[in-house]
Amino acid sequence: MRELLVGNLTWESLPHEWSTIGGTLTFILLGIFAVIVITRMKRWKWLWNDWLTSVDPKKIGIMYFIVATFMLLRGGLDVIMIWLQQSLSAGTSHGFLSADHFQQIFTAHGNIMVFFVAMGFIFGLINFIVPLQIGARDLASPFLNTLGFWLYVAGVIMVNTFFLFGGKYAATGWLGIAPLSGTQFSPGVGVDYMIWALQISGIGTTLGAINFIVTILKMRAPGMKLRMMPLFTWGSLCSMVMAVTVFPLLTATLFLLFFDRYIGTHFFTTTLGGNAMMYTNLIWMWGHPEVYILMLPAFGIFSEVVSTYSRKSIASYWSAVFGMIGVSFFALSVWLHHFFTMGAGGDVNAFFGLMTMVIAIPTSVLVFNWIATMYRGRIKFSTPMLWFLGFVGTFAIGGMTGVMLAQPPADFQLHNSLFLVAHFHTMVIGGVIWGIFAGISYWFPKMTGFRLNERIGRYAFWCWLVGFWMAFGPLYVLGLMGATRRLDHYDNLNWQPFFVVALFGGILIAIAVGLQLVQIAASFIQKRQLADNTGDPWDGRSLEWSTPSPAPFYNFVNIPKVTSRDAFLQMKNQGIPKPVYKDITMPKTISLGIYIAGLAFLLGFGFIWEITWLIVVSAIGIVVCIVLRTFDEETEYIISAAELEKMEKARTQKLLARLRHDDTYKDEDMGLREFYKSVLTWSQDFVKNKRWKTF
Amino acid sequence: MSKPMNHEESVYDRTMFGFWVYLMTDLLMFAVLFAVYAVLNNSTAGGPTGRELFSPTAALTGTLLLLTSSFTCGLAMIAVRKGNKNQVLFWLTTTYIFGLAFLSLELIEFTKLIHEGHAPSSNAFMSSFFILVGTHGLHILIGLLWMVIIMAYVVSRGLTSNMMRKLALLSMYWHFLDIVWVFIFTIVYLRAFV
Repeated sequence: MRELLVGNLTWESLPHEWSTIGGTLTFILLGIFAVIVITRMKRWKWLWNDWLTSVDPKKIGIMYFIVATFMLLRGGLDVIMIWLQQSLSAGTSHGFLSADHFQQIFTAHGNIMVFFVAMGFIFGLINFIVPLQIGARDLASPFLNTLGFWLYVAGVIMVNTFFLFGGKYAATGWLGIAPLSGTQFSPGVGVDYMIWALQISGIGTTLGAINFIVTILKMRAPGMKLRMMPLFTWGSLCSMVMAVTVFPLLTATLFLLFFDRYIGTHFFTTTLGGNAMMYTNLIWMWGHPEVYILMLPAFGIFSEVVSTYSRKSIASYWSAVFGMIGVSFFALSVWLHHFFTMGAGGDVNAFFGLMTMVIAIPTSVLVFNWIATMYRGRIKFSTPMLWFLGFVGTFAIGGMTGVMLAQPPADFQLHNSLFLVAHFHTMVIGGVIWGIFAGISYWFPKMTGFRLNERIGRYAFWCWLVGFWMAFGPLYVLGLMGATRRLDHYDNLNWQPFFVVALFGGILIAIAVGLQLVQIAASFIQKRQLADNTGDPWDGRSLEWSTPSPAPFYNFVNIPKVTSRDAFLQMKNQGIPKPVYKDITMPKTISLGIYIAGLAFLLGFGFIWEITWLIVVSAIGIVVCIVLRTFDEETEYIISAAELEKMEKARTQKLLARLRHDDTYKDEDMGLREFYKSVLTWSQDFVKNKRWKTF
Repeated sequence: MSKPMNHEESVYDRTMFGFWVYLMTDLLMFAVLFAVYAVLNNSTAGGPTGRELFSPTAALTGTLLLLTSSFTCGLAMIAVRKGNKNQVLFWLTTTYIFGLAFLSLELIEFTKLIHEGHAPSSNAFMSSFFILVGTHGLHILIGLLWMVIIMAYVVSRGLTSNMMRKLALLSMYWHFLDIVWVFIFTIVYLRAFV
């Protein structure tokens, strides 16, 4: 009876390691706190109507950022634990983590950082910026977009579910390499959690990618040819085309692994003809392009940033575009370099080694293009530009170590060593993460209406840069000294100092992340001073700067007509046309995305714990929701010209009032000391005047 | 430049294009399953091969049923274009019956195999066979479900432009499954007998 109701769920599976229990308590307390605050402030309705069910890609983008930030902290905590363990656990000491727990931590760290941090931020940026850059009011399918976001959230919850319901997380490494991930060697539910978290969010990614391809190819402003598209949009297009090419591979592969585990098939097992090497091939056919899926939008961001802050158009638009297309093309034919040591033979290894080295060419074209753009530009060293400069140097070193790894003979030595770990972190942190930071600080005014604090931003940048090299420099050295990756314990005491330096680097990065949070908080405190009243704070070139900041939900009063690259720059030179008010059609809010994602989560949960009734109910529920949505014909509403004019006038009035008022503000970004003071004043006020009662 | 499209036309245009992209992603999933089948095709671990297990007559009958259903689905689309609701319903029902017959045949094949002790868990070859053909069967099942629902809506709402768009998607999906089946028929069944 109990098995019928709750499947394999038992009390014994609840978490009992202290660090896991800490995580559980944190999640529960955060949840309770959020519920209390929202209830006291009577914000449930607002939250549901204005945010959760919104189909506005700008709001969805911001929700992506919030979730991804939480996951960044969660994945960051994992890595601090990894570093701490590695700097303690030498010789006779065994650190504070068991081997099994350590394995779960680095597995979760990898899954979370790639799927839920990098992908989350990249999708957030694409959501927010691409429609604005191409002059569209919404996406081709607003429904698929909210569904994609909520499936991502369902994946996020799934990856953390073991905190609440117990069992363990996978201890297989982030790709769940077979046959280790089969039931023979991983009998618990850990791998199932991983499969379903990736499966659900991966399907969301595929849907989102289809949506963006259609949006970019079919919904550009009149006159905007492909050859006039801003480079971020180009990067996103390349990235999304790659996503629809490889994410189905991930989905299929994970299903095969799932069948191996659930119904006992023999795809990747060690017995009855199964072929574990096939899993490695399939997963890396997705896994390698995935890195570039993250990287290409970042390339696009850097192109925009360099061009704007050097006050020049990009040095060679076409070589940038072909560089991106080249990268995405070659990226699909290099996957085997992840397992030269598997024994595919000299010819195969040589081919993939060569392809891997070839990919450095389009990438270098891009790098030289950015440098050429800076040449003779009037460069402004704002934080986005700092991120870019940090990126160029770091990325070049990462690229060179990549070419080293691409040579099969060298790879036989470096394979699975910390050298490799340092290499790909150089690419993903130096390339993707800093690209995301550059993008967020560059477009922050468009999202909130005020720019980010520059001063604290610079502190954060330097902490990141120094922290990064302090953390990963030693790993390169350790790798050359022969330290393999994923070590929970080592006997060679000569390695320990390097691990300790790496730990301090990690702590510096943690400080940097803290500073970034402070930076955002300080910018909120000073938002009157930092306000962007023009909508174009950086003297921008592309269409997103032609709308006010923050952009209204309909993006543009009139869809601009485009005749050249740098469309907005041309508009500014020729004079911006006066708005003409006409009726516009906008999509209505949709709640079914949340329901479907919730049911998808329950479906996965049912499979993990083998709760049959839950599987059946949620599968039927999903079908019903999709049918309801597909045959709902009232999905749009019209904003009349009069309403539009009223909204626009109200906005202008508010802006004018603010401008009159703002003369009194001194124009300087606060530093850490002032931030500390204003927080202190606020908290004193909060306690003294019993402010919590007003909640 | 061609003349600008109105709202409805552009929705049609986008939906069609988006659905094509979706079909390509689905095709890539099948590509993985085909590749897996190609790799594991001889990994019978001492069990019987496809030649000993498959029945060519059943496979051919299934193929003919599915091809006919694709044809009648095409006739339904011609009826859609003519705006003849009753004909649309008639041809869709015919398509449905052929599709159902195909699916039943497949289920009979599967149950027979499992009864004789050749289950997906028997060996790698059987796993890849069941998952490749079964995934196609699952797609057919979804298509049949979709067809019933769409017929119900055609009855209640008539052939509005929205319904015509949805019917066009359904027919694309159905033809797509047909093409995938042609590959399955060739690679799984015909190859077993050459």
